[in-house]
Amino acid sequence: MSLKRVVVTGIGAVSPFGRGVEILEDALLKNKSGIRGIPELAQIKGLRCHIAGLVPGINPKEIPRKFRRSMSKMSIYATIASQEAIKDAGVPQGYYSQERVGLVIGSTVGSVYTIQNFFENYLKEFSLEKIKSTLFFQIMGHSCAANVAQALGITGRVLAPSAACSTGCQAVGYGFEMIAMGKQDMMLCGGADEFHPLTAATFDIMNAASTRYNGEPSKSPRPFDLKRDGVVCSEGCGILLLESLESAKKRNAKIYAEILGFATCSDSSNIANPNSASIEVCMRNALADAGLQPEQIDYINAHATGTIQGDLAEAEAIYNTFGGQVPVSSLKGHLGHTMAASGSLELIGTIVMLNQQKLIGTLNLDKVDPICAKIKCIRELETCSLNNVLKNSFALGGVNSTIILRRYKDD
Amino acid sequence: MTDQEIIDVINKSLAEEFELDLEKMVPEAHLYEDLGLDSLDAVDMVIVLETAFNFKIRENESIKSIRTLGELYKFVIDKKREVESE
Repeated sequence: MSLKRVVVTGIGAVSPFGRGVEILEDALLKNKSGIRGIPELAQIKGLRCHIAGLVPGINPKEIPRKFRRSMSKMSIYATIASQEAIKDAGVPQGYYSQERVGLVIGSTVGSVYTIQNFFENYLKEFSLEKIKSTLFFQIMGHSCAANVAQALGITGRVLAPSAACSTGCQAVGYGFEMIAMGKQDMMLCGGADEFHPLTAATFDIMNAASTRYNGEPSKSPRPFDLKRDGVVCSEGCGILLLESLESAKKRNAKIYAEILGFATCSDSSNIANPNSASIEVCMRNALADAGLQPEQIDYINAHATGTIQGDLAEAEAIYNTFGGQVPVSSLKGHLGHTMAASGSLELIGTIVMLNQQKLIGTLNLDKVDPICAKIKCIRELETCSLNNVLKNSFALGGVNSTIILRRYKDD
Repeated sequence: MTDQEIIDVINKSLAEEFELDLEKMVPEAHLYEDLGLDSLDAVDMVIVLETAFNFKIRENESIKSIRTLGELYKFVIDKKREVESE
């Protein structure tokens, strides 16, 4: 069976910098931090991380009530990012209501705020009498996917992978495979998440959250840095419109990048601790899928969240696979960890680099931790010739994923 | 409560819940065709009214046949009076 080539023709973002790819691109290129102090977090007993990257400036009411009533914040982010990606791709209205156009959008969990609201009432009165009919649609596992499909009138395949921090990367990978196999012509792909204190607590409980930078939020997280102290949680959504090259050419669409390879695998050695050998397997499988050798990769966008275990395992895997010459950076210094959105938002950042032929360094990387020093960590904005780039995402639960993109060439 | 006060509470509650324009909330307005509500909204409308008036109407069969705001006003006024007389 011959596989179709798959390209990215539209991108949309809602990030801690606000709404839109333009504002994200500007912030990344200018080395801005989206992390802020969140005073409410300091009121929570036992929570030591008081900083996060929250999305500013979104008015949910721009989405008609009929669609909005079943959405929590994450679905609102996903809808706005999807609308941007479709507009950016120049897909005519009506075209995407054909069954050849689908979507793959996942989140870590359903809305924790909505669950909280439910239990506030349920536990107080032990009653279901005041529960609204739209509650379920905000807490179901495929809330973002279903809500975007409803709001945009998508009638093709609808998938909602849920693999925590690997979700966004997996969503793009699964969309890539479905289009390559000719099952769909176009798919909106990405991850979305909304911040809740439980998100930060999840990492804090495991001693994996940043706790020493509450007084200077923009200084954390610090991927690969000697003074890093853990994850800073954020929220948002990144959406990539994937399309078969055939379809893109037929409608003369602009092409951001070509997707060359995807791999995802389970690290069954431990549910929480990343394993460098498993990461290496994932990256090598992605290389094989792309038909590339390690030396053909020009840049690696690391998952690197700013935890010692995670950064070290990834650095070791990168060194063992690629040696020490390929440039590596993480965008989590700018964005924090946008959870399910991180894979797709950071892929958009990587596409920015590919198209600008510039490398964006890791923000807050002042001094590389010697245990990560074997790889070539990039700290500053650099001009660079980029063709093939690789993006990693790893998740609690032991789910690794890797995507390989190529600067599009009409060959 | 007077009948008009009951009607005002209904209008205010539904306008807030369903983001309706108060000017369109006239007795002859059809809940589905004119105000744009649907079956999910109908479920939530019952909860909103139960909360606003502190009575139970969910199991009341006659509420299912209500189509206009005027019919709803009458239903709620009757129910309110019934509860008050108990």
